[in-house]
Amino acid sequence: MALLQISEPGQSTAPHQHRLAVGIDLGTTHSLAATVRSGVPEVLPDAHGRYLLPSVVRYGAGGAPQVGHEAKDKAGADPLNTIASVKRFMGRGIDDIRKTVKKLPYEFVDSESAMPRIRTAAGDVSPVEVSTEILKVLKTRSEGSLGGELSGVVITVPAYFDDAQRQATRDAARLAGLNVLRLLNEPTAAAVAYGLDRGSEGVHAIYDLGGGTFDISILRFSRGVFEVLATAGDSALGGDDMDRVVAEWIMQQAGIGDDVGHGQLRRLQRIACDSKEQLTESDSVEIVADLETGGQWRGWLTRETFNALIEPLVRRSLLPCRRAMKDAGIGLDEIEDVVMVGGATRVPYVRTQVGNFFACDPLVDIDPDKVVAVGAAIQADVLVGNKPDDELLLLDVIPLSLGLETMGGLVEKIIPRNTPIPVAKAQEFTTYKDGQTAMQIHVVQGERDLVSDCRSLARFELRGVPAMNAGAAKVRVTFQVDADGLLSVSASEVASGVQSSVQVKPSYGLTDSEIAQMLRDSIDHAQDDMAVRALREQQVEADRSIETIESALAEDGDKLLDADERKAIDNALEALHAARIGSDHRAIKQAIAHLDTVSHVYATRRMNASIRKALTGHKVEDIDI
Amino acid sequence: MAITLTDVAAERIRNFMASRGKGVGLRLGIKTTGCSGMAYVLEFADDIEDDDTVYEDHGLKVIVDAKSLLYLNGTELDYTREGLNEGFKFNNPNVKDTCGCGESFNI
Repeated sequence: MALLQISEPGQSTAPHQHRLAVGIDLGTTHSLAATVRSGVPEVLPDAHGRYLLPSVVRYGAGGAPQVGHEAKDKAGADPLNTIASVKRFMGRGIDDIRKTVKKLPYEFVDSESAMPRIRTAAGDVSPVEVSTEILKVLKTRSEGSLGGELSGVVITVPAYFDDAQRQATRDAARLAGLNVLRLLNEPTAAAVAYGLDRGSEGVHAIYDLGGGTFDISILRFSRGVFEVLATAGDSALGGDDMDRVVAEWIMQQAGIGDDVGHGQLRRLQRIACDSKEQLTESDSVEIVADLETGGQWRGWLTRETFNALIEPLVRRSLLPCRRAMKDAGIGLDEIEDVVMVGGATRVPYVRTQVGNFFACDPLVDIDPDKVVAVGAAIQADVLVGNKPDDELLLLDVIPLSLGLETMGGLVEKIIPRNTPIPVAKAQEFTTYKDGQTAMQIHVVQGERDLVSDCRSLARFELRGVPAMNAGAAKVRVTFQVDADGLLSVSASEVASGVQSSVQVKPSYGLTDSEIAQMLRDSIDHAQDDMAVRALREQQVEADRSIETIESALAEDGDKLLDADERKAIDNALEALHAARIGSDHRAIKQAIAHLDTVSHVYATRRMNASIRKALTGHKVEDIDI
Repeated sequence: MAITLTDVAAERIRNFMASRGKGVGLRLGIKTTGCSGMAYVLEFADDIEDDDTVYEDHGLKVIVDAKSLLYLNGTELDYTREGLNEGFKFNNPNVKDTCGCGESFNI
């Protein structure tokens, strides 16, 4: 007998057509799945009643990989084959990983492909494949819990994930046999869990203090879209640091030296973690630590002392908060809610400090470990069609602007960031040189003005453009992002109809800190970018002037100009060449204007000469005007 | 004969209704689909129609339309757990046989 759930009025499904959907929080340290059952979101525990699955996979020689608690327990004994925190490597090239992670915990294989592979006893595996193993376990757990095959899943990703990292997450899900309905930003999921998408329009802060990382996101909800105004964080700050300072305190109190063994350190951190958790409920906790000398140390840790110990850590988290507010251009009085995410936000001191900072009571009703998965589950339930049509459908947005390269290495943004998808936008471009028959389209993503500061997504060529004067050809470039976030770019020449297109499969190779950095840089460097853009534009203009005049001079300069006139133009050209090398865009502009002025007579004479040539041998009545 | 709820089912329904925040009761019914004739309907109810029969059990309103009642009379609604899965179960004395999966039935 199949077990049934209560549906919304009129939404009962026919047998065998149940639309089962789950939300998955694929986290750095833990992953979990949630679903909506009889209208109530709930997380799905495993057979032992544990809902958090450690994001750890162990590859042994032969046999299926171990995932979760089993793998985590072996991490100490078999570090090279036990992969943890693989999320940090998703969608990144090997060079990026080597550059940013100083001490790599695993052996990376040098390979032809851009995607890094980790050497294990069971062969080489990619970060995508490791994530797949985690997702497979959650899939099995979900299907066991819901009693059927899943129609679709929503997986959450950090707001700062770029297209490559999102695509890698999608690939992992596909390999696990999951149908991804949508990738949802983690802060957005947390906001959805609290129903902020059903509230009024406004600005919300999402404070996410996990085990090892801290993220703050400022979201604005308007017209059905959560717009990410700013993100900031600290990739090395979390609940583990609290355990560390408490463990250090115990060592100090108990007179344990720094040279203590690895096993003892691990035990102390375990005790510290338990004490931290107990202090959420009680005002003080008794600590009993076994000493290596055989004795025992007993002591009391009060909440007051604990608060003093973690105060520097909490203060460190408020710095990115301030930065995010500044980046978003938002005042403290504009923040309506602060949503608390991540296990470490259970600590009462964190709650009061964050509450004081944002001057409002943080939202803490939903278990901070589960809140992201719950939001994803609610979204999955809507997307799979288990809700009446009038339920608001949360739209996805493009995380970083998409554009293409124009002359001078400048970026022309076609689709600005935070645009809801699906979307299609077109813009017309033209040729730069006379007789130009091909055009290279370079698709880039990022917020900066220079191509070199953005990331390159794809390059393709449009060939067969009819030879015309510079600026006469019309090339229409269309950017299209489908509901799955996949970008296709096409270019066509309007007159001849020749066209060319590309589907962007993002090349792996950007670090997550770099992406967060890219967003921050675009604001920090707004002034510089403006100046560089002005300079590059004038340089492009100067090149064109020089090219035109020099090719004309080579053709008929000696015929049409006397020595003085020629000298004046040569001087102006020389001046422009000199200004072109400099970095003063105004000087270049002046030099271009000067060249224009002195070559004006020459241009007129050339025009007359070419008309005369065209008319030679024709009678006036032959001319069709 | 009436439609009844087990204690566990009543408890769960009460919770689900509370978190949904609206609705007058729980609607039970049948519809003619599925691989073995008929299938159960289990929905929140926002309205009570003219031909509905309303039962009160454990302080909850259980609503059944006249046609469905023919097939459901005497049914006890239970809430059980089978492995990781949990959900509602119709203990219906009218049923002769069910399809393999148990989602649809015959009288």
